[in-house]
Amino acid sequence: MAAKNAKQVGPVEVLQAIEEKFEMLQILNEEGEIVNKEADPKLSDDELTELMSRMVYTRILDQRSISLNRQGRLGFYAPTAGQEASQLASHFALEKEDFILPGYRDVPQLIWHGLPLSQAFLFSRGHFMGNQIPEDVKVLPPQIIIGAQFIQAAGVALGMQKRGKKSVAITYTGDGGSSQGDFYEGINFAGAFRSPAIFIVQNNQYAISTPRELQTAAKTIAQKGIAAGIPSILVDGMDPLAVYVATRDARERAVNGEGPTLIETLCYRYGPHTMAGDDPTRYRTSDTDSEWEKKDPLVRFRAYLEAKGLWNEEKENEVIEKAKEEIKAAIKIADAAPKQKVTDLMEIMYDPNTEMPYNLKEQYELYKEKESK
Amino acid sequence: MAQMTMIQAITDALRTELKNDENVLVFGEDVGNNGGVFRATEGLQKEFGEDRVFDTPLAESGIGGLAVGLSLEGFRPVPEIQFFGFVYEVMDSISGQLARMRFRSGGKYSAPVTIRSPFGGGVHTPEMHADSLEGLMAAQPGLKVVIPSSPYDAKGLLISSIRDNDPVIFLEHMKLYRSFRQEVPEEEYTIPLGKAEVKREGKDLTIIAYGAMVHESLKAAEELEKENYSVEVIDLRTIQPLDIETIIASVEKTGRVVVVQEAQKQAGIAANVVAEINERAILSLEAPVLRVFAPDTIFPFSQAETVWLPNAKDIIVTAKKVLTF
Repeated sequence: MAAKNAKQVGPVEVLQAIEEKFEMLQILNEEGEIVNKEADPKLSDDELTELMSRMVYTRILDQRSISLNRQGRLGFYAPTAGQEASQLASHFALEKEDFILPGYRDVPQLIWHGLPLSQAFLFSRGHFMGNQIPEDVKVLPPQIIIGAQFIQAAGVALGMQKRGKKSVAITYTGDGGSSQGDFYEGINFAGAFRSPAIFIVQNNQYAISTPRELQTAAKTIAQKGIAAGIPSILVDGMDPLAVYVATRDARERAVNGEGPTLIETLCYRYGPHTMAGDDPTRYRTSDTDSEWEKKDPLVRFRAYLEAKGLWNEEKENEVIEKAKEEIKAAIKIADAAPKQKVTDLMEIMYDPNTEMPYNLKEQYELYKEKESK
Repeated sequence: MAQMTMIQAITDALRTELKNDENVLVFGEDVGNNGGVFRATEGLQKEFGEDRVFDTPLAESGIGGLAVGLSLEGFRPVPEIQFFGFVYEVMDSISGQLARMRFRSGGKYSAPVTIRSPFGGGVHTPEMHADSLEGLMAAQPGLKVVIPSSPYDAKGLLISSIRDNDPVIFLEHMKLYRSFRQEVPEEEYTIPLGKAEVKREGKDLTIIAYGAMVHESLKAAEELEKENYSVEVIDLRTIQPLDIETIIASVEKTGRVVVVQEAQKQAGIAANVVAEINERAILSLEAPVLRVFAPDTIFPFSQAETVWLPNAKDIIVTAKKVLTF
């Protein structure tokens, strides 16, 4: 690299210069006013109401899931309230042929990509049929190992590139996930191959209880993309329009052969990490909670749409009723799923068109007998 | 027929499958232009192009994740882990992801990935290159683990591995790469996974081995022959799943067994073989089944390698204990 004649720029100045560049993209402020006209995606009225409907629906789904969990009618569940803009507005910029590699909190994107609600419930209940993704739904079941989905997304994206597809692989993790080696390997591989991937970090401020500032010295997570040489952006993750625009632009670059993008969405989860005993009062104050609740994506989007005459209480109630009915119906379907058997699971270990390995074959007979009693 | 080393037979198998199936992709560290550090992928990038045979950034976990993702797009990835001692960097991609792709998707997705990797002692590598870590892989449900002992087997087994619709770990003993040549057909052929081979028939003792230890076992069998012991040698070829039929048939015939592995006693798969024999053929046994193994230390500094590694002499000593029990 050629030496610069200009004033010497030291490592500290370089870091400061990079960090200052990462301003948060916001289009819709907390009051629901457009504050960045140039960036306004100018979604049609139908698109705006559709996105609002999805956010309301998903908030209801979250509330119902929590109460179903408390009644013992759902199992593993990671609450989503507060992250609707980050999850659903990013998904809103996708096409059906795009492939989603979710973290465990990213079930809403799977549902809006076509995964039947009943399967999301079966996943929560620990039934393998929940993970039997329908043929035309391009998603993986939620990833449990934080960060593994990032390197897999690089692989799916490379595959799409090799097939000459005009689609993207999109993957999600959180602020904690950005500390994993796989996070960097994923963005670095996709960058090196210039593959059509979108990497989203939903920075909801806490990895279970560990606060964001303990994860990294980096001022933003977005700037980590610079090390991999890929375009990176910091976004108001409570602003549906900003998240939508960042994802839409990333997708456009990706399908045009311009490689991957890293998006950091600043957001908050109102609920606990999961419903398995996490108590957020141990690591957050109600002051922090209410500060973030003021930024709520539904509140600001509702205000924006109402001002445009696109939304009112009646519309909201329609969506709420629809959500409740569909949840009820999906639970019924999930209830009707056949009892899971160990022999079923043995059958999905290896290619069903080949002979089972001897050990499994013997155990299969054993469990067939056991399960027939 | 051509005379080939094991490394040439491996290249030949890769070429065969790259030709046969456009979904086969070969990738890893230095496998492209450089042809791999052992030249296993020599000439393949030139022949099939950078789209099919390519270098990756240096990150084993990334290579494993890439394989998972590519298989979701319908490819049949054949990644290389440069040395199997580096497998710890990619354990999640292998055991946490590839091995359970079919299972966790309820049978909807599969991961037809073959991970090739060199391992094995006797070539004086630095640390973390030579370790026998096949037991780690064999302990993970969802994986098949293949270890060839000859050029002929390497080609047929690698073609079968690549065509298998589930993940296969294909481990290549470095000492065997160029130690001898063998006639290897230029045309394609397969050797089924999960099938052992009786390398030498005998009626007094069965020696069960895999990888480089097959050759030490054959040497031992020849020596024992001079003392009028008739020794059968079985090459497992696939260590997960085991070929129980071949093992048990031999045990029932000879009644005396030695299981040989290059791995430490607490590692490898010999313990599993012994347990299977005990469960299925204990009444055929004339003597306890004994094992030959490396000591339970970390793989040694290279100057101690020769003494540390099990060899034909060790096998003879143990074999005699079993024969004279």
